[in-house]
Amino acid sequence: MLRKRLLEILQDSDRYTPAQLATMLGVTEEEVKATLKELEDSGVIIKYHAVIDWEKSGEEIVTALIEVKVTPQREVGFDDVARRIYLFPEVRSVFLISGDYDLSVVIEGKSMREVAFFVAEKLATIEHVQSTATHFVLKKYKQNGVIIGEPEQNHRLEVSP
Amino acid sequence: MRPARERISPVVRSLPPSGIRRFFDLVAEMKGVVSLGVGEPDFVTPQHIRDMAMYSLEQGYTSYTSNYGILELREAISDYLEHFIGNVYDPRREILVTVGVSEAVDLALRAILEPGDEVIIPEPCYVSYKPCTVLAGGVPVVVSTTVQNGFQLTARDLEPHITERTKAILLCYPNNPTGATLSYENLEGIASIAAKHDLLVISDEIYGELTYSGRHVSIASFPDMQERTIVLNGFSKAHAMTGWRIGYAAGPSDIIAAMVKIHQYVALCAPITAQKAAREALLHGDHEKERMKNRYDERRRLIVRGLNEIGLACFEPKGAFYAFPSIAVTGMSSEEFAERLLQEEKVAVVPGNAFGQSGEGYVRCSYAASVDNILIALERMARFVERHRRI
Repeated sequence: MLRKRLLEILQDSDRYTPAQLATMLGVTEEEVKATLKELEDSGVIIKYHAVIDWEKSGEEIVTALIEVKVTPQREVGFDDVARRIYLFPEVRSVFLISGDYDLSVVIEGKSMREVAFFVAEKLATIEHVQSTATHFVLKKYKQNGVIIGEPEQNHRLEVSP
Repeated sequence: MRPARERISPVVRSLPPSGIRRFFDLVAEMKGVVSLGVGEPDFVTPQHIRDMAMYSLEQGYTSYTSNYGILELREAISDYLEHFIGNVYDPRREILVTVGVSEAVDLALRAILEPGDEVIIPEPCYVSYKPCTVLAGGVPVVVSTTVQNGFQLTARDLEPHITERTKAILLCYPNNPTGATLSYENLEGIASIAAKHDLLVISDEIYGELTYSGRHVSIASFPDMQERTIVLNGFSKAHAMTGWRIGYAAGPSDIIAAMVKIHQYVALCAPITAQKAAREALLHGDHEKERMKNRYDERRRLIVRGLNEIGLACFEPKGAFYAFPSIAVTGMSSEEFAERLLQEEKVAVVPGNAFGQSGEGYVRCSYAASVDNILIALERMARFVERHRRI
């Protein structure tokens, strides 16, 4: 129960100190620290991460979703190809999915040209990759559970009974 | 023409202006205020509830409803109350849907009071109870509760205030503004006094779902109390539906019928769109309700600890979403404290005396605010208290 509630808070924001988390959850600071360590050591918490609206930062970032069809290999299935793909720093995420294609790859680059180059020169040429279909992201509405841009406002009065 | 003061009824003239209203005007003039002054959820109504409202409009539900409210909603309320407080109410005769709990309070008082009847109200209390009692021709009899007994009304404190004119006790637990709940023993004690003196009980349980330790217990669930209790509840707090204005009263059919008589002349019925939305909230809103409650609970612990650490002694609220710290260390009145805190640090809290004289020496801090805002407010309040500490 503590683990789940701690994870829920952290998924929302990782800015709180162990002391604040302990107070919020009604446990001791030691318990929070121990649980956090356990969650980190066991790989449940992989990383603490900021969700960034690059558009607002003034930096230009182009994101593309690539559908990749792969010929599975004996023994390792899709894992080996997935590994070759995720090791590229341009790649933000890789998912094996069910349906018409096999791997869903999210790529970030400085320009559409850079992304196109990466797909054509690096991704499509990997052995056992049959085909790719590139979809450029035009606008982000929600990412990692966070609404990008204008989150919904609660139009409350500043003081009410 | 009559002189201006004669145009307004003396009863209305006698009512004091709301302390909250005055403070709201002050806050409205300022920018960059972090507000802990808000008595409503900081969540927007869950999407599925809003969708149901829109769907009902698309289907053409735009008419009046029965004075009692749509039957499907009353049936859902009946099922809910059976589960929540353990009482069975006949949805056709014992439940009335009102325009928020505010209307239900007014209807209940007007339905039962004769001129001069006394209503016992534990203080600090929600701002409308005393004025509504006066408007209904009654006399509010205030029983102060104190931090020493956890802001709970006890049978011992209650009984000396009972006279031949006492008609009812008006309870609000979990309480706005203190966050107090009533212990089982105190509920039992009050119930036995009500029975002994043949009193009615109006029990405003709008914060019942927001009970953080243990389970909410309604005084109506004690033996023989259902027949003398009017339970008031609604959707504003637990389902983040303040603006929809849907409340309800559940109680003995003769009292509900009397309330309907007034309701049909002053409001006719609650808005149908909001009633449809409220039914959706009862049928499918548990998950969101629980999620919001967990968030309040986390903030509750944070704000209470934070207030205590900065020297504003705060007893532990067990329900609602308010902390009610003492400001004694500053030696200020609650109004002075709230006003200067606003001017100097841009934090809005509500002066305790807005909830009656028993609230003097305290301020109400709502934790229906984001954790980040609570932390900012605490930091600013710490600076303020440090500057003005007298004890």
